[in-house]
Amino acid sequence: MLEFPLWKKLWLWGLTLAAAALSLPSLFNVSGLDWPSSLPNPQVNLGLDLAGGSHLLLEAKAEDIRAQRLENMEETVRQLMRNARPRIRIGDVSTGDGRMSFMLDSAGDIDRARGLLEPVLQGNTLTRDWDLSVVDGQRIVLRPTAAGIDTALDDAMESATEVVRRRIDELGTREPTIIRQGDTRIVVQVPGLDDPEALKSLLGQTAKLEFKLVDLNALPENVQAGIAPPGSQIFPYAAGTPFEGRFEAVRRLGGIGGGNLTGAQAGVDPTNNQNVVNITFDAQGGAKFAKLTRENVGKPFAIILDGEVISAPNINEPILGGRAQIAGSFTSESANNLAISLRSGALPVDLAIVEERTVGPDLGADSIRKGLLAMAIGSLAVVVLMIASYGRFGIYSTIALVFNVLMLLGIMAGLNATLTLPGIAGFVITIGAAVDANVLINERIREERKRGRKVIAAVETGYKEASRAIWDANLTNFIAGLALFAFGSGPVKGFAVVLVGGLFTSVFTGVMLTRMWVAGWLRKARPSDITI
Amino acid sequence: MKLLKLVPDDTNIKFLKLRVPFFVLSIVLIAGSWAAVLTQGLNFGVDFAGGQEVRLTFEEREQAPIPSLRELVGGLGYGEPVVQEFGGPQSVSIRVPLPEGAEETPGAATEIGNQVIAAIAKQYPDARTDGNDTVSGKVAGEFRDSAILALVAAMLAVAIYIWVRFEWQFGVGALFALFHDVSVTLGLFAITQWEFGLQIVAAILAIIGYSLNDTIVVYDRIRENLKKFRKMPLPELLDLSVNETLARTIMTSLTLFVALIPLLVFGPPSLFGMVAAITAGLFIGTYSSIYMAGPLLIWMGVTSNSFVPTESAADRQEKIARGEV
Repeated sequence: MLEFPLWKKLWLWGLTLAAAALSLPSLFNVSGLDWPSSLPNPQVNLGLDLAGGSHLLLEAKAEDIRAQRLENMEETVRQLMRNARPRIRIGDVSTGDGRMSFMLDSAGDIDRARGLLEPVLQGNTLTRDWDLSVVDGQRIVLRPTAAGIDTALDDAMESATEVVRRRIDELGTREPTIIRQGDTRIVVQVPGLDDPEALKSLLGQTAKLEFKLVDLNALPENVQAGIAPPGSQIFPYAAGTPFEGRFEAVRRLGGIGGGNLTGAQAGVDPTNNQNVVNITFDAQGGAKFAKLTRENVGKPFAIILDGEVISAPNINEPILGGRAQIAGSFTSESANNLAISLRSGALPVDLAIVEERTVGPDLGADSIRKGLLAMAIGSLAVVVLMIASYGRFGIYSTIALVFNVLMLLGIMAGLNATLTLPGIAGFVITIGAAVDANVLINERIREERKRGRKVIAAVETGYKEASRAIWDANLTNFIAGLALFAFGSGPVKGFAVVLVGGLFTSVFTGVMLTRMWVAGWLRKARPSDITI
Repeated sequence: MKLLKLVPDDTNIKFLKLRVPFFVLSIVLIAGSWAAVLTQGLNFGVDFAGGQEVRLTFEEREQAPIPSLRELVGGLGYGEPVVQEFGGPQSVSIRVPLPEGAEETPGAATEIGNQVIAAIAKQYPDARTDGNDTVSGKVAGEFRDSAILALVAAMLAVAIYIWVRFEWQFGVGALFALFHDVSVTLGLFAITQWEFGLQIVAAILAIIGYSLNDTIVVYDRIRENLKKFRKMPLPELLDLSVNETLARTIMTSLTLFVALIPLLVFGPPSLFGMVAAITAGLFIGTYSSIYMAGPLLIWMGVTSNSFVPTESAADRQEKIARGEV
């Protein structure tokens, strides 16, 4: 018991001081002091509930991606068949039920059609993206394979994450965290945000911009009843526009998407003081736009944003410069948001906010203050109780407790872990429970002394016999802590980090360190009796 | 120097004399708790029910205008809001549950949240928004599932560990004690109708850890005494073990208690429910270690033999060879 070789002392002290030193930058930070910038600066991250900020969980609808893919396939098929030489005539095109099918006018075209479709169906991956089957010798049915759907979903989420990142970067906030979670979710964490509403409206907008020709042949009464003529689609007017509540029929094909933009800026039209968004097409988009407007001078085309018509102006003259202006009852804020969204690209899929946690910066600071105050009072009470009960041994536990807190904070800083509000509760619990090891040991020493053992033998037995229960108790606590880890979102995880980390530091400081100190004292003082 | 002694030396309290009435009491507590949970239900916060909760502070007023806030938010047509003081007279929390049928709509909770915040900002420009939580029905459902899973997994995992380290009777005893702790804590939340959310589940998991601590310390002493006093009747041996560890039990409970009380009194209001649960669990857990975990050992027939190595086949062969049998 008394034998503590130098190497053992060295590594115990080395580990203790190294871990405790890591906590210094964070302590400087909390107390408002400047940490010398020349030194390494590991910090405990503050969770959003302490630092203030927004946590958003976004979820994509997988069905949307599937439906979108079928629609795209329809467009591809039509194009391929139209461009085939000689042209392959098809009819009875339908999508739905997770498949797309069409009928060949002549059964003799079947092999040519297959040949044309083959590269599209194979996709870019090793597994096939689509399965093709032929029904009645003349009808081709295309079904996406499971692997194909997975790839599409993965691609869509990958690019959605990128779009989300670009949009948040436009807000100019510091250090946002944007990570994919699971198959269809994205976690967004933005610390210290002034206006969480702006963030939400920015991410809530898909910003899918389309320019489509208005179908002038559609019967107005059918359009308002929602019945689309063949080859056309019906879209409602957006809320806030003069035609809100009405519908517009547009040609399905031959329009231009918003994917070909190089820029978008909010501005004001000097002629009528309206808020507008000025967009610039890239070369390809500019050419398409020029062609569309040249061929349709005098006819109206609809500007459709996220499935709603913003406006449907007449084409007065061909627009050749690759620039256009979107007007449509914007406020300066909504124009600005739209410009950001268009610049950062459309989301490939609608994202819904399924969880939001926002904490104001004032509240976070208030929580830290209150938490630290409570922690200080609680620690003091524990220390008083320990010293009053165990005297010198209580003082050892107190020093161990100080190192315990410092080491725990230091390890968290070293691992860049996040301290959350429940994490502060975890610290308090750790302080209250850490002394349990010392209580067990000290009570055992008392018992052994009462039974008449000599001082050194009593201390030795105390440490030895108590260690078993300490070991078992901490291991089971560790197991329960793992369940905590697996469970719950950010703040609760912060609680688990502190509790589980605290188990390690508590055993280390409460058992190993105090043992070294007690041994050192016993060897030097050789007391014949101890007060415990 | 005279040191503080909370528990006098050599106590000999006959804890287990009353084991039957106390066990009956425990069963009644468990049954009553579940009855309360099933009839009254837990007051799920947004974490588990879905919906929207916003916290506001009115710094320029002495008191938050609770009745008119209730009227304003209730008038938005999302059902009756829960408006209550939160940590002080100037602060309120306003909770709006998800309307019927909105559980499946992913963005419904956020939409409600936006409307509520916009309406309040319009009517009360002086209100400071401290925080806002919205949780959709689907995510809330996932939280519920993972909460149940975490609690069950934690209880089973530690029971298995104790079974391996001790004996099966100890594993079962610990499992029952934990089940008691979890049940009574849930019952407490059903009766008080305190808001029940993710943090409370985290608190219960912490209680599981703490209660186990206690149980293991008592069990460890029982194991030690079983080896030492082969002939002592089990109830007497349990009493001895509980008495021997009593000073430690009281002291540890007290240190944790004095650490938690300041957090309860001065701590941030959003931690109140969690800390209250842990503080209550402290008492529940200590009680169950003595009156649930102990008596069950008697009824499951733990004997000294459980920890004394039984004669191995090789030993027996040797004995036979030496002609001792």
